[in-house]
Amino acid sequence: MKPAPRIAVIALAIVIVPLAARSSGQASHTAVDHPATEPAVAALPTFTPPPDSAIPDDPFGALVRKGRDIFTDTTRHAQPYVGNGLNCQNCHLDAGRRANSAPMWAAYVRYPRYRAKDDKVNSFADRLRGCFQYSMNGKAPAEDSEVIRALTAYSYWLASGAPTGKDLAGWGYPKEGFKPPLPPSYARGQKVYASHCALCHGTNGEGQQVAGKFVFPPLWGPESFNWGAGMGNIDNAAAFIKANMPFSRGGTLTDQDAWDAAMFMNAHERPQDPRFKDSIAATRKRHHDSKWSLYGIEINGHLLGTGTPPRDQ
Amino acid sequence: MHTRNRLLIFGASLVLCAAASGATTPDAAHIVAAGNGHGAPPCASCHGADGGGQAAAGFPLLAHHDTAYLRRQLDSFADGSRANTTMAPIAKSLTAAERQALATYYARMPLPAATQRPAADSNTDRARGEQLATRGMWDQQVPGCVQCHGPHGVGVGTNFPPLAGQSAVYIANQLRDWRSGTRKNEPLGLMQHVASALSDADIQAVSAWFAAQPAGDQGGKP
Repeated sequence: MKPAPRIAVIALAIVIVPLAARSSGQASHTAVDHPATEPAVAALPTFTPPPDSAIPDDPFGALVRKGRDIFTDTTRHAQPYVGNGLNCQNCHLDAGRRANSAPMWAAYVRYPRYRAKDDKVNSFADRLRGCFQYSMNGKAPAEDSEVIRALTAYSYWLASGAPTGKDLAGWGYPKEGFKPPLPPSYARGQKVYASHCALCHGTNGEGQQVAGKFVFPPLWGPESFNWGAGMGNIDNAAAFIKANMPFSRGGTLTDQDAWDAAMFMNAHERPQDPRFKDSIAATRKRHHDSKWSLYGIEINGHLLGTGTPPRDQ
Repeated sequence: MHTRNRLLIFGASLVLCAAASGATTPDAAHIVAAGNGHGAPPCASCHGADGGGQAAAGFPLLAHHDTAYLRRQLDSFADGSRANTTMAPIAKSLTAAERQALATYYARMPLPAATQRPAADSNTDRARGEQLATRGMWDQQVPGCVQCHGPHGVGVGTNFPPLAGQSAVYIANQLRDWRSGTRKNEPLGLMQHVASALSDADIQAVSAWFAAQPAGDQGGKP
């Protein structure tokens, strides 16, 4: 490593530790919603969604299939609302079916619910619209649009027979007892990234494309999720990575590796938070006042939160 | 005086350039057609003059594959991380420069027309093959093959080779080799994990599905 980055990394460690100390025990305002006290994992009911072959051959089934297609190929089927190279199933694996990767059957039965992120009670449609705004770096489809109706129908169908108002086993990215043994480190994360992530996501987090279409999602830069997305928080990203990455080898990284890789990923620039107002510092204070957000933190001489230039296409 | 010196230097460098290029750039086309004269038979005798392979015999399509991928396979045959009784002695007889030249040669070859319109195999479970190829088997953490190998299996970058239009016999042989541990030259053990979850029937079905897909331009890095 060249001398300059090393100094920057040491400086970062100095910044992160006091931040971590200051905000420990304080509720995060940007994290994906989760109850203040999480019940023990063993107590949660388990649920298995129906197989695709059970989608009925009727108008309802047609809307469910449409929702599934939007979910697996969002850039194609919901193009006007997508502002990056991602698809829903990049973060919700197996077309939104996989436990511990925020499956849609579990999400469907958790709404409506209050979210600190926008300080209001969100309907399921609100939650979907938020995903388009932040994770998809696009614009929210209208509540009565076909995109929202189809995604709702698909999620509702996946949740067929599930109890409502209950957290189901595997509903989010597992965070129960998931703490970094050592504070997450950029330098260690860089090594984990090179050995376990770059193969698919590229040396610079740019993903990989075939004929202009992403096969492996970009993790930062103009084609990735923006600063307002839940995945931009290190704790969310670490829990997702631990359970689901490397793709097909979820659960094989150590906890420390997952935290470090998450830190490294989120220590890079990405599209501006659409809630940006006045200044990076003010936006951090308003929306990123969390030890797990690097928005507004300087890394390697770069102030994160500057945003990325408009995308090429 | 000055002019003569300059001419001498120019002449000498011409000779040096010729010698250097002769030593480091083997004639790949010649090796493909006639062998390398020190152990490697003509590649074309199994892989075809057009690099299309022989599907029924399980000799793979090589044309239009990624250069680095092809080079790595030849290195793996030589070092044993991809154990293969046919290819091991051949790869060992190729110099590093010859391996590189052959990888470049096949990467630049256009796709044979037949692989772009392959015939479907009606004898296998097409629905099962498509399910595995496009959606996978997530209860065993097996993603759909296309999620790494690209749409229809056209291939992605240097690590995820094309499957579309490839010989079904060849694909099935590879999956069985990963499952048995005979082949272990892929990054992160990804394919050993995937193959270990597949039954013989799964392997047949998914191999036939990809063999029936039209080969196309692969993406990623050149």
